[in-house]
Amino acid sequence: MKLISLRNSIALALFSVAVGVSAKPLVVCTEASPEGFDIVQYTTATTADASAETILERLVAFTPGTTDTVPGLAESWEISPDGLSYTFHLRHGVKFQTTDYFKPTREMNADDVLWSFQRQLDVNHPWHSKSVIGFPYFESMDFQNLLKRVEKIDDYTVKFTLSRPESPFLRDLAMPFTSIYSAEYGDQLLKSNKTDELNSKPIGTGPFILVRYAKDAQVRYKANPDYWKGVVPSEALIFAITLDNNTRLQKLKANECQIALYPKPDDIASIKADPNLKIAELEAMMTSYVAMNTSHKYLSDVRVRQAINMAFDKKAYLRALFGEGKATEGVGPYPPTLLGYDNDIQNPPRDLDKARALLKEAGVPEGTTFTLFSRNGGAVTNPNPLVGAQMLQSDLAQIGLKVEIRVLEWGEMLKRAKGGEHDMVFTGWAGDNGDPDNFLTPNLSCEAAKNGENYARWCNKTFEDAITQAREKTEPAERAALYKEAQQVFSQEQPWIALAYPKLFTALRNNVEGYHLSPLANNNFATTRVK
Amino acid sequence: MFSFIARRVGLLIPTFFGITLLTFALIRLIPGDPVEVMMGERRVDPEMHAQAMERLGLNKPLYAQYIDYVGKLAHGDLGESLRTRTSVWTEFTALFPATLELSLAALIFAGILGLLAGVIAALKRGSLFDHGVMGISLAGYSMPIFWWGLILIMFFSVTLGWTPVSGRIDLLYDIPPRTGFMLIDTLLSDEEGSFIDALRHLILPAIVLGTIPLAVIARMTRSSMLEVLREDYVRTARAKGLSPARVVFVHGLRNALIPVLTVFGLQVGTLLAGAVLTETIFSWPGIGKWLIEAIGARDYPVVQNGILLIACLVILVNFVVDILYGFANPRIRHQR
Repeated sequence: MKLISLRNSIALALFSVAVGVSAKPLVVCTEASPEGFDIVQYTTATTADASAETILERLVAFTPGTTDTVPGLAESWEISPDGLSYTFHLRHGVKFQTTDYFKPTREMNADDVLWSFQRQLDVNHPWHSKSVIGFPYFESMDFQNLLKRVEKIDDYTVKFTLSRPESPFLRDLAMPFTSIYSAEYGDQLLKSNKTDELNSKPIGTGPFILVRYAKDAQVRYKANPDYWKGVVPSEALIFAITLDNNTRLQKLKANECQIALYPKPDDIASIKADPNLKIAELEAMMTSYVAMNTSHKYLSDVRVRQAINMAFDKKAYLRALFGEGKATEGVGPYPPTLLGYDNDIQNPPRDLDKARALLKEAGVPEGTTFTLFSRNGGAVTNPNPLVGAQMLQSDLAQIGLKVEIRVLEWGEMLKRAKGGEHDMVFTGWAGDNGDPDNFLTPNLSCEAAKNGENYARWCNKTFEDAITQAREKTEPAERAALYKEAQQVFSQEQPWIALAYPKLFTALRNNVEGYHLSPLANNNFATTRVK
Repeated sequence: MFSFIARRVGLLIPTFFGITLLTFALIRLIPGDPVEVMMGERRVDPEMHAQAMERLGLNKPLYAQYIDYVGKLAHGDLGESLRTRTSVWTEFTALFPATLELSLAALIFAGILGLLAGVIAALKRGSLFDHGVMGISLAGYSMPIFWWGLILIMFFSVTLGWTPVSGRIDLLYDIPPRTGFMLIDTLLSDEEGSFIDALRHLILPAIVLGTIPLAVIARMTRSSMLEVLREDYVRTARAKGLSPARVVFVHGLRNALIPVLTVFGLQVGTLLAGAVLTETIFSWPGIGKWLIEAIGARDYPVVQNGILLIACLVILVNFVVDILYGFANPRIRHQR
């Protein structure tokens, strides 16, 4: 027995060396604590990183570092010609994680897929009411209306029927809120009346198993030995929760962590200069913008919006807030890496005389005051909101407009902006799935204008028709043409000052390999290890 | 004495209700609700929003929500966090020991150094040392905690490599939480070297958090000592031929300590409040960060009950002090 065990150990060790498994734990300095591990209850990227990117997986996956979809837990699929039904063939031999609180008796199958979707879709499902806040992402993506039916065809085949054609649907199925849970574990928790534990003792099919979570301190994982893709390169993964970005960088320099997420744009140069460190950088799927409330006096006039756009010095803004090379100047509603981006559209040159003339033509009196909402605290899309707001204030003063800046706490700003109290609001959008629709419908559609999420409260029929048709088409070339049409309308109407397309950065020690920065700002360490 | 204690207990009840009412009202005065904040910029379906608010009991009139809240409190139910679904009591007891450990370490650091510096400065009044202590303590009192913390990290942790940058312990140690006090937990664990490591992690945050109290204590000790050293009984002690150390520490410091101890007591509150910034810089998992995040997320149960628990601690400490005063000074007992 001992001999067999020794032989197994040697074999395992040799195998580990062959595939490059690192016994050194990979320590990542993360920016905040996850709210929990039942990702369908949450919306934040931090929580998605700690659950959906480590423990859980989905039918469809994104190729690391891109938004291209590849098979995940489903090995193939068919889409009906009318775009209304999607049939997924599940992968065989996928095991759920074995822990001291759950021992799976079967492999992942169609029942798990049904459980994961019905829980969010069916109000009579025993787990539906267990999420007190509901299923925020599922609901915000309108899945409760989009999904007509989810059916089990056989143990390894599932069919989704949609209520309308929805081109981004496959990409949606790679998003965290569509993660696949174990129905068997769900039943076990329900029977033992421990449903809360789904959020603290998660089970998935992913590369890492949760070991321990200490709020505001650390999340510890170990590699899943039964992972269907094979051996996970890092035997242990630790998230060192480090709120302050200065401290994250110092920890990285002191080798207390090997990866530091979200370094400050100001620190990029010093990281690049450090011989022990390196930077991973990528064009993010993000747009920073100022929405102009088109339902308000003067701002409903396109000439006023054009004048404001013409007066604002975007180049100076980019230099001051992001620094050289850390963001691209914004032109349209979504960044150039997405389908159908129109390279022919350019920003009008800064021209104060023309801006003044446009204001005069629109009958805007000298000294007209606009309120500008800005949040406190920085974000990737807006590293220093107050400075940005002051720059806009100063530029608009040159064309005779006054700007009253109101710095508000984030939650309050959203509430007031959704209520339409602002004239202008500094904000941003981070794409979820790499589809242009994910930028346009939530932020610029007529429906969003009605409910306030379209902060410009702008509703344009030509634009609306183009994005609706593009959502329903499946052919990329057709979709691209429609999105170009929509961008032309946006460019003429200028409901926003499109400020910037920020870049994403992650700081790493030189001995880290296999890390892929995602344009969606997710962080997945399934292929990463410390040399 | 009994009626004195009864009067003090009687005062606790309205204070307690005052706090529940204040925290309940204040968090609701901020615009936004937990569901909206959770959704952020994303679409909030009005129907789904209404359902969620109903499940959370937030659709009821405010007075009904308050009655529910107080009713649950009466049964010892502090509720659970709307975000993490963990009970508020569990989260508080997991995080509070970290804040307490850091605050106590900072107080010990500030107390020992502050008293020593204050006494020596008083004895060497007008000397270079005295001016130095006064100047440094003024600078310490005015020091922005964020800046001071980062400077110490850059110098001691990154340049010299003497102390760790942040956290409570090296992540290579896996210490299961038993008491929540890392120094005690490391002693209880089998991990060799973990206690020393936890101690090394405590040094810089304790210095940063203790800097302002240190400055206050040093200045207060100096002025109090100067006053006491001029008293007749000190002159008498010296005239009797007692050793200078006995004069200073037994006759001088002992009497000078009374106002200093009051300052000590006041600094405990300052330390708990100041811990928020220190916790952020040093990634110290305490209650400061917990409460700030809860306010941002409109996590009503955490804000209401977290503040209530802290307030109860303050009330309890004050109550004990009141009682002790009563014992120490009978005149206080008889005041009505």
